[in-house]
Amino acid sequence: MKFERYGIGIVKGLMVTIMHLLRHPTVSQYPEQRLNTSRRIRGNEFIWDQVKCTGCGTCTKACPQGAIEIVTSTSQEENKYTVDKYQIDTGYCIQCGLCVEACPYEALYLGYAYECAKYQRGELVQTKEMMLESPLRKASGYFSPKRAAKLPKQTLLLERITEKK
Amino acid sequence: MALKTEPFVLNMGPVHPSTHGVFRMRTTLDGEVVVDIEPIFGYLHRGVEKLAEQRTYTGIIPLTDRLDYISSMNNNLAYCLAVEKLAGIKVPERAEYLRVIMAELQRIAAFLIAVGAFLNDCGAFFTPFMYMFREREKIVDLLEMVSGQRLTYNYIRVGGVSQDIPEEFLPALRTFVAQMPGFIDEYDRLLMQNEILLARAKGVGILTREQAINCAASGPVLRASGVKWDIRQADPYSIYDRFEFDIPTGTVGDCYDRYRVRVAEMRQSLRIIQQAMTQLPPGPVKAAVPHLIRPPVGEAYAHLEAPKGELGFYLVSDNSIAPYRCHIRPPSLINLTALRDMVRGWKVADLIVIFGSIDITVGEIDR
Amino acid sequence: MMPVLNFGIHHQVFIPAVPPDWPGGFWWHWLFFTVVIIAFVLTMVMGAIYIERRGMGRMQSRLGPNRTGPFGLLQPVADAIKVLLKENIVPVKADKLVHWLAPVVAFAPALMLFAVIPFQDGALLADLNIGILYIVAISSVSTVGIFMAGWASSNKYSLLGAMRNVAAIVSYEMPLVLAIVGVVLIAGSLSLNRIVIAQDIPFILLQPLGFFLFFAAGCAEINRSPFDLMEADSEIVAGFHTEYSGMKFAMFYLVEYAEAIAIAAIITTLFLGGWRGPLLPPWLWFVTKVMAVFFTMVWTRTTLPRIRIDQLMALAWKFLLPLAVINLIITAIQVLASWPDTLPWTLVMIIVNFTILAVLVLLWSKFFFRLGWGRIEV
Ligand code: SF4
Ligand code: SF4
Repeated sequence: MKFERYGIGIVKGLMVTIMHLLRHPTVSQYPEQRLNTSRRIRGNEFIWDQVKCTGCGTCTKACPQGAIEIVTSTSQEENKYTVDKYQIDTGYCIQCGLCVEACPYEALYLGYAYECAKYQRGELVQTKEMMLESPLRKASGYFSPKRAAKLPKQTLLLERITEKK
Repeated sequence: MALKTEPFVLNMGPVHPSTHGVFRMRTTLDGEVVVDIEPIFGYLHRGVEKLAEQRTYTGIIPLTDRLDYISSMNNNLAYCLAVEKLAGIKVPERAEYLRVIMAELQRIAAFLIAVGAFLNDCGAFFTPFMYMFREREKIVDLLEMVSGQRLTYNYIRVGGVSQDIPEEFLPALRTFVAQMPGFIDEYDRLLMQNEILLARAKGVGILTREQAINCAASGPVLRASGVKWDIRQADPYSIYDRFEFDIPTGTVGDCYDRYRVRVAEMRQSLRIIQQAMTQLPPGPVKAAVPHLIRPPVGEAYAHLEAPKGELGFYLVSDNSIAPYRCHIRPPSLINLTALRDMVRGWKVADLIVIFGSIDITVGEIDR
Repeated sequence: MMPVLNFGIHHQVFIPAVPPDWPGGFWWHWLFFTVVIIAFVLTMVMGAIYIERRGMGRMQSRLGPNRTGPFGLLQPVADAIKVLLKENIVPVKADKLVHWLAPVVAFAPALMLFAVIPFQDGALLADLNIGILYIVAISSVSTVGIFMAGWASSNKYSLLGAMRNVAAIVSYEMPLVLAIVGVVLIAGSLSLNRIVIAQDIPFILLQPLGFFLFFAAGCAEINRSPFDLMEADSEIVAGFHTEYSGMKFAMFYLVEYAEAIAIAAIITTLFLGGWRGPLLPPWLWFVTKVMAVFFTMVWTRTTLPRIRIDQLMALAWKFLLPLAVINLIITAIQVLASWPDTLPWTLVMIIVNFTILAVLVLLWSKFFFRLGWGRIEV
């Protein structure tokens, strides 16, 4: 660096910034322009399958936050547990996904949606009726490659920026 | 007649634009010159170590995400290495490679933030920060693709990783590795030789070799002082002995050296990723590990080279599902102890630059 | 003929005595153009804020504000409304009167600067024949307001910022004025309008070194980057206006941009040929040039890191001041030598001047001046 102290560095830096005027900006206009999130997004909703869940409670034990509450009763004639109460307090949940990983019967999934802000804490508690899957409440592909394949491909900044180096 | 002046105390933080979180410095100033400084922390204390004693071994992994939240993958890895050592779990080959790729990607991302924030502290008005965040965004995209989260990845598990990578990951990673050197060159053009930056950072905040070793500094702070010490080579964990990479070192130990070492580290990390990508074998990604791990009674310490330095986890097991004791060696905290030696006699403006060049995350210091 | 103050009931009586084009006389003229200038400055400030935010955004690979109005053009208005509606908070320990007075003291001179600037042939308000002296005198008055603000806030960050500001302005006034003198020597007049008329070729070509010095010193005087250490956000939060909010903060914000515009306008007038230019109307040329200069300031702000207070002083006293003196001597010699006023000779002079600039800057940075790299011992 022979020309270290004569302003060459400053000029180089100025060139870099002015070149960015000609480049495409990296930002996206959020509410209008939405990018696809990862197929494995751990969104803050839960999807729970009433049929598949056996009430084994593995998810509850796996949850580090103690956010899952489950109450079961034995039903004699069908010889299995009925899940009386199943609710997740998403206010406590940290979206770690350990419960989904732990569920042996693939009955619990994280949601694909990510705009789930609520006005009151009480609304954050999701009961089992609220957690059923519907076209509006898609499940994410976290820990289920089958579901992941059906979701739209993630938008990558890597591919959107076409500028040359 | 000499004017009688007396030093005054200036409280920097806990809410200050450049204390990188809720960190407080009680500085004694003589005009503009820093006479003394007393770092005060604890504003972000969450009791991670104590919390860890009540969680299952797997349940602690999300906690480690929140230590140094800009290098979550490395924290996950360090913790899992400790548990594996404790329980004697063997990790499958493919998982080892995935771990290395993720850890190195995370290192680049963390260095980008470190360098960007440092240049921002020097006063380059958010421009380098924005550029570096653009590149970090690409890395975060990749990590989001595999783990589903953008900051707290919780991806690495005891005995492997949580899931295999999706098939679109490798092509994207290849593009990234091809593009990234060009962008690093651009950052170098932007400010590396800038006269003002040289004036601000060169010779400022020198940490000599002896001081650095005496205060047990690690990571770029230590290497900038000229010590060739990188745990990836000094005590290879995982499969780092299979890769070829250099350890960039500085000569003087000033802020500029720390900045240069970080930029050079990014290039080395890219090299490692490239090698790991080509060698990636097929196979399972997780060893058969029970849900509730019960390691035998004993203790283990595992450390790795996190972006900020040596990150260590010390675990004691009493053969229950939760560790008896978990201690974390946070690199930021130990590097921070050198701050007082470095800043005395410099100006307020230098204090900020030196502080920025140490690169701390308060989440890790306070735990 | 100078009519007396004629408000009130005698108004009718005096009408025949005033100039026909300005009913009401000199005072109405004065009032009218004061309002025009204030409106003009406010508009320019809004334009400047827009350019700064959008330009900086694009240079940082973002978009900048684009939601309010078409292309975000109304963003400055929205900013202004937001800031005006904010609560006015005065610290308990503040010196209330001084705290209140400071923005006013800082604001008035920034506006007064525009009184003598020629927007077209002849200044709007007063075509002073000592315009340059007036500008040099007025432009440092804002410092008093800023120091008042720093002192009255009873905040250490404010005080640090204010101290830095005073120190910087005291040192940078020197090279600034010396750089102006070179221009005055060539133009042979202190009146800004005469200087513009004298610029058959813009003085930036005849005085490249002077321009460089003036630009650097001007940036330092109005706290633009890389000399923005009086309000260095990463060091001393916001400097002197840390404790200001609401209307008073708006005043400081306005001062900052009004001063930037003023310096840009002075640079335009002194070095870039002022309102002169082909085709377009003069005022449009003027505004375009001012904005171009301002854009350069935005550009440097985006790119450069900030220098340190002692380096700032060293730069002023060891680099800019000697060069300014040398520049003055060279200019004096050139003016005395009175080269022929033909095109080839002018070209030769331009080349000579640029060579002098390059040689001087290189020599000085090689042998006499280096920025930084030192430790102050306690
Ligand atoms: S995602 Fe994690 S915190 Fe949330 S309910 Fe599942 S296990 Fe608990
Ligand atoms: S682990 Fe799965 S099957 Fe068992 S209770 Fe939870 S959701 Fe139901």
